[in-house]
Amino acid sequence: MTLTQEAPAAGGAEEAVEPFPVTIIVRRFDPETMEEPVWQDFDVQMYPTDRILDALHQIKWEQDGTLAFRRSCAHGICGSDAMRINGRNRLACKTLIKDLDISQPIYVEAIKGLPLEKDLIVDMEPFFESFREVQPFLQASKPAEKGKERVQSVAERARFDDTTKCILCAACTSSCPVFWTDGQYFGPAAIVNAHRFIFDSRDDQAEVRLDILNDQEGVWRCRTTFNCTEACPRGIQVTKAIAEVKQAVLRGRA
Amino acid sequence: MTVESGGAVKAPPIETPKRGLRAPAGTLYRGTEGMWSWVLHRITGTAIYFFLLVHILDTALIRVSPEAYNAVISAYQTEIMGLGEVALVGAIVFHAFNGLRIILIDFWGWATQHHRLMFWIVVGLWVVTMLAFTPRHLINVFSH
Repeated sequence: MTLTQEAPAAGGAEEAVEPFPVTIIVRRFDPETMEEPVWQDFDVQMYPTDRILDALHQIKWEQDGTLAFRRSCAHGICGSDAMRINGRNRLACKTLIKDLDISQPIYVEAIKGLPLEKDLIVDMEPFFESFREVQPFLQASKPAEKGKERVQSVAERARFDDTTKCILCAACTSSCPVFWTDGQYFGPAAIVNAHRFIFDSRDDQAEVRLDILNDQEGVWRCRTTFNCTEACPRGIQVTKAIAEVKQAVLRGRA
Repeated sequence: MTVESGGAVKAPPIETPKRGLRAPAGTLYRGTEGMWSWVLHRITGTAIYFFLLVHILDTALIRVSPEAYNAVISAYQTEIMGLGEVALVGAIVFHAFNGLRIILIDFWGWATQHHRLMFWIVVGLWVVTMLAFTPRHLINVFSH
């Protein structure tokens, strides 16, 4: 049974899968000519294994060269192409056509809460500013032993493993209802990156970061909506990390 | 990657971004149970706040005069107010159970992984509580 099915599939590869039409509705904005963003329809030919990023490429390369969006690696590592796809923050390069309901048009728009620059591009500077404020770098009080690295046990490394996965795509921060209405809030991504060093046994400045986050606009703004956890393309348990930082603030140490 | 079928490989003419204009509004963010429980928590919390405001005022009337207090309280003894009390108790019960859920999420790692299950437990507890309260209360309201 398996053999007879495999034989024709391997022989006639060209008749195997046909592309099918998919309607993509992109929320477009040109700051030079528009007051408000508008929705624009595009019809593209897609395979089930294509991604939303491939659809955007097809639009930009074959239909409308003025479409503006960011992407760099196109493989879910650089974190450039976070956007709102059918109302949820996703990476365009990790969202497959077959995982979406294509009997309906697919809505693509920029992430929310950051200043819109053009089409799908937002100004990421407020996001990175919050990131820098939590001091996301190793600060050890003593230099490492001469000729040695700083020793860390498996358990100590595992303590913050989840939050090392962040790629700073802003999908979490721009999915947060608190961040939409209060741009001063540090946001999930900054807290995740603070968590990564607060719970690092080699770092000695956890108290400083906890003090920064024990602010009016710090961890206490979190309302545990779990939008960030659901949006994270790296599967980081963002709300859990924020809860751990909250508890560390209450204890006064990591 | 695409366009091999149909022969028309030529790119369609570039169209102005005016085609297919729609209402210029973003889509509603499609959060999961976590987001909707937060929305409900906000709505019930705000509603309870305004109830308490009125409630403290009418209770404070007893300091003004017992007659004024009685007059105001008797104005509440209507069927419409009785139904409003069902809504009030419903809001308080949800806010209370969901508040316990939020406390558990903040202090218990397991709960952050199972917050959706816990939301449906909250809904279940709410239904049970309201099933117990509503018939008893409505009998009182409509039997005098």
